[in-house]
Amino acid sequence: MTAAATSTAAATSVLVAGVGGQGVLLVSELVARAAIAAGHDALQTEVHGVSQRGGSVHSHVRFGATVHSPLIPVGQADLVVGLEKLEALRFAHYVRPDGALVLDPHEIPPISAGAEAMARYPHDAADLLRRRGLRTLEVPATDLALRELGNARVANVLVLGFLSTLLPLPPDVWPDLLAEQVPARFLALNRRAFALGAALGRAEDDAAARRSVGVRRGAIPR
Amino acid sequence: MTFLSGNQALARGAWEAGVRYATGYPGTPSTEILEELVRYPGVDAHWATNEKVAFEEGMGFAVAGGRALVTMKHVGLNVAADAFMVFPYAGTNGGFVVVSADDPGMHSSQNEQDNRYLARMARVPIVEPGTPQECLEFMRAAFDLSEAFGTPVMFRTTTRTAHTKGRVRTGERFEAPPVAFTPNPRRFSVPIYGRQLRPLLEDRLTRLAAYAETAPFNRVSAGGHPIGVVANGISRAYAREVLPEADHFELGLTYPLPLVGLLAFCRDHQTVYVIEEGDPFVEEQLCAAGATNVVGKAVFGPGGEYSPERLAQAIDGRVAPAPLEAGLPLPARPPMFCVGCGHRTVFDVLGQLKVTVAGDIGCYTMGALPPYEAEHLTFCMGASIGNAVGLQRAGVTRSLAVIGDSTFLHSGLPGLVDAVYTRTPVTVLILDNGTTGMTGQQPNPVTGHDLAGAPAPAVDLEALTRALGVDDVVVVDTWDRSGIRRAVLAAMAHAGPSVVICRGPCQLLPEMRAQDRQPLVVDEALCTECNACYRIRCPAITPGPNGLPTIDAVACVTCAVCQELCRYDAILPLPGNGRGVAAPPAPANGGAR
Repeated sequence: MTAAATSTAAATSVLVAGVGGQGVLLVSELVARAAIAAGHDALQTEVHGVSQRGGSVHSHVRFGATVHSPLIPVGQADLVVGLEKLEALRFAHYVRPDGALVLDPHEIPPISAGAEAMARYPHDAADLLRRRGLRTLEVPATDLALRELGNARVANVLVLGFLSTLLPLPPDVWPDLLAEQVPARFLALNRRAFALGAALGRAEDDAAARRSVGVRRGAIPR
Repeated sequence: MTFLSGNQALARGAWEAGVRYATGYPGTPSTEILEELVRYPGVDAHWATNEKVAFEEGMGFAVAGGRALVTMKHVGLNVAADAFMVFPYAGTNGGFVVVSADDPGMHSSQNEQDNRYLARMARVPIVEPGTPQECLEFMRAAFDLSEAFGTPVMFRTTTRTAHTKGRVRTGERFEAPPVAFTPNPRRFSVPIYGRQLRPLLEDRLTRLAAYAETAPFNRVSAGGHPIGVVANGISRAYAREVLPEADHFELGLTYPLPLVGLLAFCRDHQTVYVIEEGDPFVEEQLCAAGATNVVGKAVFGPGGEYSPERLAQAIDGRVAPAPLEAGLPLPARPPMFCVGCGHRTVFDVLGQLKVTVAGDIGCYTMGALPPYEAEHLTFCMGASIGNAVGLQRAGVTRSLAVIGDSTFLHSGLPGLVDAVYTRTPVTVLILDNGTTGMTGQQPNPVTGHDLAGAPAPAVDLEALTRALGVDDVVVVDTWDRSGIRRAVLAAMAHAGPSVVICRGPCQLLPEMRAQDRQPLVVDEALCTECNACYRIRCPAITPGPNGLPTIDAVACVTCAVCQELCRYDAILPLPGNGRGVAAPPAPANGGAR
């Protein structure tokens, strides 16, 4: 009746944030499932309730040999993924000093908060984050999904494709996972979105950021 | 190996335990359990009108000898408390487990009550899982425990355990043999024989306390470290994260506590942190039993959800990074009515009329938020009508109640009967969207079908309210803003209690989402920038790059409320379907609950 006193310190932690309806939970669930497919233990958590009512939504994913807490401690996320600019900034303090923030600069005005709050929208969030010394990788996913694929709603899967090049997971886990988790009639579109994001990730010239997130684990077959 | 949420694993565990009957009332974070369980063969699963009815049905089934599961959120057990407190006197034949889904942090609840105290009051054992795997295994074991001691069992989850997904090893179904039922008033007619049954209750508790000392739900990992941790549920994971080197006494059975083992654990350690969300339930019992080196709420603080950083800060002062701000505080993003939601028009009208409104529990609770602020008191399920009666009798005229269809049937009905009986002229708005919306569109007795999708009789709300004695009942289209205004004013002028049924389906219902609707567009040549369309606060209408209002063609569901507001006929159907491509998949688990 003993449990090993292991710590989750060696786990990879990803926090995904966005607005209800953007598909935050799909991204985090697919990361967790990809990790399991690659042989890791994984936990994913979120709080339901506002996800279809335009509220702020965020989800934690942690994977590794052993994972205890499903909640990522503040300041210990390897990656924070913001599908929307304000929500990215809201969770930026979760990033560890050598981690990175992946940011879709797409803006969704928080109209339910009223005009006074809308006036405080942080349009310059990416610059602000860089000035604070945070590695910030911009992925204009919503814009690209609309322009290249004709559908802004697959921006989340485009971001997932981008993440696939940063995470310490083998690239061959993703195709089967998409086929398994995405309804057949939308699979082709989602595959294109994923491929577009992955291509962007490979082209990303911020090699330093990639090294810090991925190679630190020594597990990215690239 | 599958990837399941705590709720899914718990449903799987109940199925594997041989549960044949499952019922409950929707409530975050418990709702997905029955939605999952109904997919398994051999389980009769359905939504009940309220938690008390669900509990009583489960009691009947278990007394008759079968295994029954009853699910509800923490405040739901208040509704079922009458039955919960009495059932243990008789005890059960077949296994009986009630899920109490507590909500530390009040993510989607009106209070933070710790239901472990209710179980202690009822002398019912409490099983608390901490991982998805335990949700499955502990559920199976909870049914065995129930039958071994002839006791109902509380299975307590929290929002975090219910909604955390992880790897789960599943097993096979155990077809539990029914326990024979012999009618026996001396056991099951508790009001008559309660005094004789009372000592048996204490005897069972004594036997359970002895069992707790070696119960497989509890685990100790001790290696001689001076720091000990006693933790339950999800807090065990945070404790392992923050104090990996310490010795851990992990509780899965939190009532009755294994006090002999716990006191020995306390003696063996210099300091023992008791890490439990909610109230100091374990801590107080340890202190009462004589432990003197226990540290709990004094450092971790009362209320709220725990997290690794909260524990770390309390234990060794490690301070986590603070949220960044862009000079000014970041704007919040509260939830709001969906695009095309039929509640929006109601609260726009109520705000305009400046009437006093008692609200209720459902999506329409958001009517209390800016910009409407058109609900003035909201407490709990079904309270609106009784509250309005009280307001009215205190001289706040004229008081209105706003309540949804599911909540009205859940516990609003007796309030309306009372308004009629006491001849109190309140006006009750029943927002009938045909579903239990807030928790994710569960069918209810007005819907016309059941949890399994089979056709079911639909309650006729007009006939029902008239039959109760309300002689002024009108039905209005919930998207007809001026119609609602006229109906509410007329109902308020009525001498006795009056009912306005605002009817229109929830936009998130599958049949509404499947409709091929032609989105609306602002004709820029006709738009005068009067901004009247913003009045309805539709999330799909925002200022465009040229300053004119624009309608998001993907989001618009053509409720056409903005069309009514536009005096210049500048809002028109968009040529074509405006969406270009088929809608992409909704998030796999994006259901709002």
